[in-house]
Amino acid sequence: MSILIDAGTRVICQGFTGKQATFHSAQCLEYGTQLVGGVTPGRGGQTHLGLPVFDTVKQAINATAATASMIYVPPPYAADAILEAAAAGIELIVCITEGIPVLEMLHVKAVLARTQTLLIGPNCPGIITPGACKIGIMPGFIHQPGCIGIVSRSGTLTYEAVHQTTRVGLGQSTCVGIGGDPIKGLDFIDVLARFEQDEQTRGIIMVGEIGGRAEEEAAGYIKSHVTKPVVGYIAGLTAPPGKRMGHAGAIISGGQGSGTGKVEALRAAGIAVVDSPSQMGVRMKALLG
Amino acid sequence: MHLHEYQAKHWLAERGIPIPAGQPARSADEAEAVARQLGGTQWVVKAQAHTGGRGKAGGVKRVDSLAAVRTVTESLLSTRLVTIQTGAAGLPVDTVLIEAVTPFSRELYLSVLVDRSQAAIVFMASKAGGMDIEEIAAHQPEQILTLTVEPLSGLHDYQCRQLGFDLALSATAVNHLVGIMQNLYRLMQDKNGHQIEINPLVLTTDERLMALDAKLEVDDNALYAHPDLTGLRDVAQEDWREARAREHGLSYVSLDGQIGCMVNGAGLAMATLDVIKLHGGHPANFLDVGGGATAARVAEAFKLILSDNQVRAVLVNIFGGIVRCDLIAEGIIEAVREVGVAVPVIVRLEGTNALAGCQLLNTSGLALITADDLDDAALKAVAAVQP
Repeated sequence: MSILIDAGTRVICQGFTGKQATFHSAQCLEYGTQLVGGVTPGRGGQTHLGLPVFDTVKQAINATAATASMIYVPPPYAADAILEAAAAGIELIVCITEGIPVLEMLHVKAVLARTQTLLIGPNCPGIITPGACKIGIMPGFIHQPGCIGIVSRSGTLTYEAVHQTTRVGLGQSTCVGIGGDPIKGLDFIDVLARFEQDEQTRGIIMVGEIGGRAEEEAAGYIKSHVTKPVVGYIAGLTAPPGKRMGHAGAIISGGQGSGTGKVEALRAAGIAVVDSPSQMGVRMKALLG
Repeated sequence: MHLHEYQAKHWLAERGIPIPAGQPARSADEAEAVARQLGGTQWVVKAQAHTGGRGKAGGVKRVDSLAAVRTVTESLLSTRLVTIQTGAAGLPVDTVLIEAVTPFSRELYLSVLVDRSQAAIVFMASKAGGMDIEEIAAHQPEQILTLTVEPLSGLHDYQCRQLGFDLALSATAVNHLVGIMQNLYRLMQDKNGHQIEINPLVLTTDERLMALDAKLEVDDNALYAHPDLTGLRDVAQEDWREARAREHGLSYVSLDGQIGCMVNGAGLAMATLDVIKLHGGHPANFLDVGGGATAARVAEAFKLILSDNQVRAVLVNIFGGIVRCDLIAEGIIEAVREVGVAVPVIVRLEGTNALAGCQLLNTSGLALITADDLDDAALKAVAAVQP
């Protein structure tokens, strides 16, 4: 098995006819994702990439029985798109959009807490269960079905972990890019809990970065709830305090969220923390024997 | 995006939050004119720069003559302000704020910001105002009071009252605080604030609250919704490379080493800096070319890196996902041809079209050093800058 998505997951795309959405939807289809339609308000009834376009998420669900939505809507409209998907009863939303204002995400998160809908992102590469379903912008060809669960705040560092676990022959069960924004949907603990329950997953790679307290909280959770081996990496150890390193979330302030503090918390929880991201794959291989 | 104190105070005043009488000035003449207009015999001259710790650094001075208003203004405008937050280079001061002196009996601290772990707006307050709040948080955390605003229900008056009485304010001052906090909360919402900090919020001798200082940061992601804010950006307070990078959709941060870095993805870019340091080198910058990199944008990134004459080697680390490695290679070749490169360039390409990218580089006739993985690339870059 895998977590959150599998070969049977039926997916729609919001912002379907846009340039980015078109490119990545085509890639997902090519990978084998069951993309069954898309939503662009005002384009209902048209066909795009050989699939039906709907005006609303509600219509799309009624016609396609989709349970997951992939969002490429531009930042000013993305929060609204997430709320529309949740209100229509989508089970899993993957929001790729980068640049949603923080205060809008506070509102979205509070509304989603009242529903059954799960959100991955925003500002994330998405989620993939290799060989079964890809929802997002990750390059499919570096993945290989296997036994390592990967959860990461950074897109390209996820690809590093994937590439390395493929190269050492372990492959991946599911990879979740939770995104680099300070306010987001699923966080480390939500994904770690699912990997712990998942039979296919034998080991977990967790990639964090400076800023916030999510890694420290995850370390506490792993110590008491996770029995599988975990390899950790934290990016930004040498970043100067107060400087924002690209991700809105990657900033150290007032001693909170420093890289060394996170590494110490992870090590104290028994996690194998690597100094260089190049070591994630070989370290996991060594742990699994 | 950070605002200057005088800009932030203008917004506070617009919303009925009391501030000292005052005006910004850009020359000694203007400063004197403001002081004359304010009247009285004592004024405060405050350097306007995007940094904390201005008082300790000599950026805030109390003066008691018009002549002193002039000389202090001239000295602040002619030097860069170096505080504990700015680094040795300091920040330019183009504007000072001239204010009337406000007598007060107590100094408090009040701020409103987004707390990511609670996913909510929180207010922080302390009886120990006027001091470095991070010091207080570290040594006397019990001195800091917090209040969480539920996103769907908003800020309630009772919460503000509770905070006010915990701060040992009188009933009159508590009522005043409720109004100030509701207005700050509305300001956060209206302008997409990241953080508003008032330190100190003083209790005047007639039991009124007044914001003696104000720091305000707004969410860059929300600037599209506030075209009026773009005019408030003071590019002089930013590193010029960082400002130019933003214009080109790049994310750049200046550092003080010799190895220039061009990477895609913020996480991988941070990791690249860490690995360079791990192997004994010093990065010159953080640079994320982003997901939608074009050859032109890569060329611009390359030029930006090379404009720093500290740079003695360039490390390019690309894991192509959305970014295609062949596009990155085209950009590198274009930039190298256009600006000329006198330093070694180490390139590590992986992911989408990595092979095609490497072939382009190898057949370009340029002297490029290729690397297999990040450790290999960092070791080669560190070796390249050894004297």
